[in-house]
Amino acid sequence: MKMIIAAIKPYKLDEVRAALTAIGVRGMMVSEIKGFGTQSGHTEIYRGAEYAVNFVPKMRLEIVVADGLAETVVDTITQTARTGRIGDGKIFVMDVEKALRVRTGEIDDDAL
Amino acid sequence: MKKLMLSTAGLLGALPAMAQEVLAEAAPVMDKGDVSWMMISCVLVLFMTLPGLALFYGGLVRSKNMLSILMQTTIIACLMMVAWVVYGYSVTFGGSTSPLWGGTAKLFLAGVTADSMAATFSAGYVIPEYLFIVFQMTFAAITPALIIGAFAERVKFSAVLLFSLIWATFSYFPIAHMVWDANGYLFAKGAIDFAGGTVVHINAGIAALVGCLVIGKRVGHGRENMAPHSMVMTMIGASMLWVGWFGFNVGSNLEANGGATLAMINTFIATAAATLAWSALEGLQRGKASMLGAASGMVAGLVAITPACGTVGPMGAIVLGAIAALVCYVFVTVVKNKLKYDDSLDVFGIHGVGGIIGAVLTGVFSAGSLGGVKGDDYAMGAQMWIQIEGVLITIVWSGVVSFIAYKLVDMTIGLRVDTDTERQGLDLTSHGEQAYHG
Repeated sequence: MKMIIAAIKPYKLDEVRAALTAIGVRGMMVSEIKGFGTQSGHTEIYRGAEYAVNFVPKMRLEIVVADGLAETVVDTITQTARTGRIGDGKIFVMDVEKALRVRTGEIDDDAL
Repeated sequence: MKKLMLSTAGLLGALPAMAQEVLAEAAPVMDKGDVSWMMISCVLVLFMTLPGLALFYGGLVRSKNMLSILMQTTIIACLMMVAWVVYGYSVTFGGSTSPLWGGTAKLFLAGVTADSMAATFSAGYVIPEYLFIVFQMTFAAITPALIIGAFAERVKFSAVLLFSLIWATFSYFPIAHMVWDANGYLFAKGAIDFAGGTVVHINAGIAALVGCLVIGKRVGHGRENMAPHSMVMTMIGASMLWVGWFGFNVGSNLEANGGATLAMINTFIATAAATLAWSALEGLQRGKASMLGAASGMVAGLVAITPACGTVGPMGAIVLGAIAALVCYVFVTVVKNKLKYDDSLDVFGIHGVGGIIGAVLTGVFSAGSLGGVKGDDYAMGAQMWIQIEGVLITIVWSGVVSFIAYKLVDMTIGLRVDTDTERQGLDLTSHGEQAYHG
């Protein structure tokens, strides 16, 4: 099993969810986060007082899938979340040791 | 908003001779339309303060200090209401012939009953004295609350209350007497301050400037992000100020008549022009017109038209509002940053500066040739000098009283919270509550 962690633009979330559901992903975890990468924030000005906002809002997705599906998931997120501009986000893939469904006790691929 | 207590005998002397005996005994007229409008005005001015001003200021601070602003505004307003009826009304409008104060004759509202009447601007027309007391009380309630924006996010709650009481007693009450009482020093000179440009806005603006200089900058000022936590609240509050300001400006006419409608149209038009001017300048200069800019322009326009609304014409109001907004804009975006003091919510930059512009331009746009109500015998230069004199007296008086009051409070209970408390925010440390959960 692989876990795919993706940070994407918040407004892309619904599109990405629909695309992932279409390729057979059956669940994901989503959180609102702030961070910076190449896109280093913006400036806000209030009556002449300038404030640098160094962390920009992003959505963080965590998706665990069977090994065979991982590349497709990565490709799908990449295609759906891409605008071509700075700030589109990052994707990380890592191995997952074990998975377990709390209700039934099923493990690994059966639990996904 | 002049104040002349009527005696029946004095009034009769002024009346033309009547053919019928019975009419010669006619008492001064209390018009129920006037009374109704003035009662509504009182409530509108309360609405300016609570929740208008509280939300306008509250939205501009960081979320950890939201409740401290709401509480300071609320408790100051209540404190001033009680102080006003106990002694404030007497020392302001107590009937003394002194140019500086109203005396002690009406402490605890001595002698005032539901049958006592107060003069209006029309001979022979009166309103109940209780109504006049309440209307003036709402002005006394909002004025010290305006000041707190200058030292927001860093003062002790008890210090704010003690300062407000001392400042109102020695600056607000005397200046209100000087400008609005028939025996007052500036009233006698002919200064035009229809609804309180000097008494309320310059007075509070100067106290605010002195306050942020004495108290010092917020911890992290200029380095940390101190952006307003809710422009939504600020917009709501500013709009409530605008609505309530009709009580403030139009109510200052004391009667529901043509003069009142002049104040009303001016309060609309000057504010609209000021909001447009601020937004236009910001849009041209930065490429983006901000909500805070529009709200700031709105308040600047309201402040500037306050002394002028009874005597200028609507076209003069447009120009006056626009000039005030442009000057305040330059002041809060450029001048303040150069001078490097921390007037957190720009009380001086908007109320002080806008008030001064309004007071001086009142002398200009009251002229009949510029659409104002003054006739051919109006001497613009002389009136402007009287206006400037009023401004200067207020600046010096409020400046000195404020400085002493801040120092007194600092020496007794201390003005400022410690650094850790300030970092944690005043909501939890002063009030034991949070504005927002989750």
